Amino acid sequence: MNKQDIQFAKLVVMTNSFVPLALLLWDWSRGQLGANPLEYLTHTTGTLTLIFLCVSLAVTPLRKVLAQPWLGQLRRMCGLFAFFYGSVHLLTYVWFDKSFALGVILKDVAQRRFITLGMLSWLVMLPLALTSTNAMIKKIGGQRWNRLHKLAYVAAIAGVIHYYLLVKADITKPVAFGIVIAVLLAYRVANKYLPQWTQRKPVRAT
Amino acid sequence: MLIKKPDDIKSSEITSESVYLNRRNFIRAATLAGTAGASGLLYRRLNPASQKAAAPNAPPNGLNAAVEQVASGYRTAEGEAANSFEDITSYNNFYEFDTSKSGVASASEGFITRPWTVKIEGLVNQPREFDLDDLLKIASLEDRVYRFRCVEAWSMVIPWLGLPLAKLLAAVEPMSNAKYVKFVTLYDKKQMPNLRTDILDWPYQEGLRMDEAMHPLTLLASGLYGKSLPPQNGAPLRLVVPWKYGFKSIKSIVQIVLMEEQPRTTWNMANDEEYGFYSNVNPQVNHPRWSQATERRIGQCTWGNCVETKMFNGYADQVASMYAGMDLNKNF
Repeated sequence: MNKQDIQFAKLVVMTNSFVPLALLLWDWSRGQLGANPLEYLTHTTGTLTLIFLCVSLAVTPLRKVLAQPWLGQLRRMCGLFAFFYGSVHLLTYVWFDKSFALGVILKDVAQRRFITLGMLSWLVMLPLALTSTNAMIKKIGGQRWNRLHKLAYVAAIAGVIHYYLLVKADITKPVAFGIVIAVLLAYRVANKYLPQWTQRKPVRAT
Repeated sequence: MLIKKPDDIKSSEITSESVYLNRRNFIRAATLAGTAGASGLLYRRLNPASQKAAAPNAPPNGLNAAVEQVASGYRTAEGEAANSFEDITSYNNFYEFDTSKSGVASASEGFITRPWTVKIEGLVNQPREFDLDDLLKIASLEDRVYRFRCVEAWSMVIPWLGLPLAKLLAAVEPMSNAKYVKFVTLYDKKQMPNLRTDILDWPYQEGLRMDEAMHPLTLLASGLYGKSLPPQNGAPLRLVVPWKYGFKSIKSIVQIVLMEEQPRTTWNMANDEEYGFYSNVNPQVNHPRWSQATERRIGQCTWGNCVETKMFNGYADQVASMYAGMDLNKNF
C-alpha cells in the first residue's frame, strides 16, 4: 500500500461512514422517520455510535490477524465517526428532546442509570477525540497516548450497558454488541499474554 | 556480451499511461460507489424507513378499510383530534410479532382472525365459548375516542369501535365471589414468531379488578376508525382501558377468566419494580426509565414531550373514586 492507496482507503471509509447520515437526512426531509421521528433519530444515532465504536476497536486486531499494518491508519477516522454519531445522539437528546432544559437534563442524568452511562460514554470519548491529532500524539507521547486511548473500551462498555438498561425485554441487540466488544477485549488480553497465538509477521516480498 | 533481445511485449500492447490511470480511476470510482451502495443497502435493511400510507388490507370480514385520515372528525370529549390511521397502524407494541414498533405491521400481515373464539369461564354462572361474531352481537358497537397513553411516555388519540366489557360480563353472570378478571392473548407459534423466544412469559396475560372491568369506560374493541381492527392493533378483539398504561389493554384476546384472587400479569412478571398490577396513568409516580410527568403526543409534538400527563390520563372524574383511600405510590 503506497501513500496514495492509503489516502484512497481513507476516502472509502469516510464516504461509507457518511452514508447513514445521508440516508437519515434524506428520510427526514421526506418525512419518513415514522410516527415518532425523535425516537427514530435517537435509536439510529445511538446504534451507529456503537457500531463505529466496535469498528474502531476491531481495527487493531484485524490489522494483526490479517498482517495488514496499513489498516491501522484507518482507526482514527473510525473513532472520530463514533464520536460524531455519539455527539449527534447526545444533541438529539439535549436539544430536540429536552430543549436544553439543563435542570431536567441533570436530574435525568442523576436519576436514570442508563442516561448516566450514556453520558459517561460520551464524556470518555470527548478527550479521545480532542487528542486525536498527530500534534497531540507528539505532545502527549506515544506510550501515554496509547494508554489514554484504551479508554475507548470504557466508552464502548458504558455504551452497551446504556443500551442494555434501556430496552424493556428484548435484549438481543445489546447482547450482540456486548459479545463483539467482549471478543475484541479478549483478543487484546490474549495478545498481551500469548502473543505467539495472535500475531503473524507481516508478509514481505522477497 | 549482452545481446539485446526484442521485447516480449510489443509496444502497442503496453497500456499507455493515460489508459492505465483511467482504469485506475475507474476502479476507484467503482469501489467508492459499490461500497457506498452496499452500506446504504445494509443501513436500509437494518433500519427500514417508515412505509408511508400503506393502504390497509381489506379485513377478512369484508369491510373495506379505505379510511379517511385527516379530516376524520373523530375527537375526544375534550376536543383533541384523533391521530391519523397511518400513525395508529404503523407504530405498535405487539411483542408476539416484533419488538420494534415500526416492524409490527409487516410482521403481523395476514394474521388469521376468523374463525375466532373467545372462551369466558371461571366464576360465572354461564360459562361460554363465543364465536367472535356472536360476541359482537351482545351489544351495539359504539365509537369511543379515547386518549391512549403508553408507559413509554408517548400517546395518541384513537377512535375505537367496540362494546363495553360490562355488557359481555353481564351476559355470563359473574358469581358474587368473582373479584378479578384475567385476559389471555392468543398463543399461536405459527403466526406469532416471537413466541419462540423467551422475551416475555407467553401467552401474554392481563388483569383488572372487577369494578375496573365493569366500569363504563372499559371497552372491548373490535375496530378503529369505524372499521375492523388491523392485526397490529390487536385484531380481532382487544381490551381498551383508557386510564391505564397501554400494556394493560391486552390484544387478540382468546380467553377471559373471572377469579377470586388477583391474576398475574405479564409485564409485572417480567419486572415487578417497573410494572405494577394497577398501572394507572399517574404523572407523580416516576418510572425508572421514563419520567411520566409529560408525554409525546404522536403527530402533535414535533420535538420532545409537549403534553403534560394528567392523572388517570384525564379520566380522573370518572375513575378516581375506585381508588379512594389507596396509596397509589405503592399500588402503582
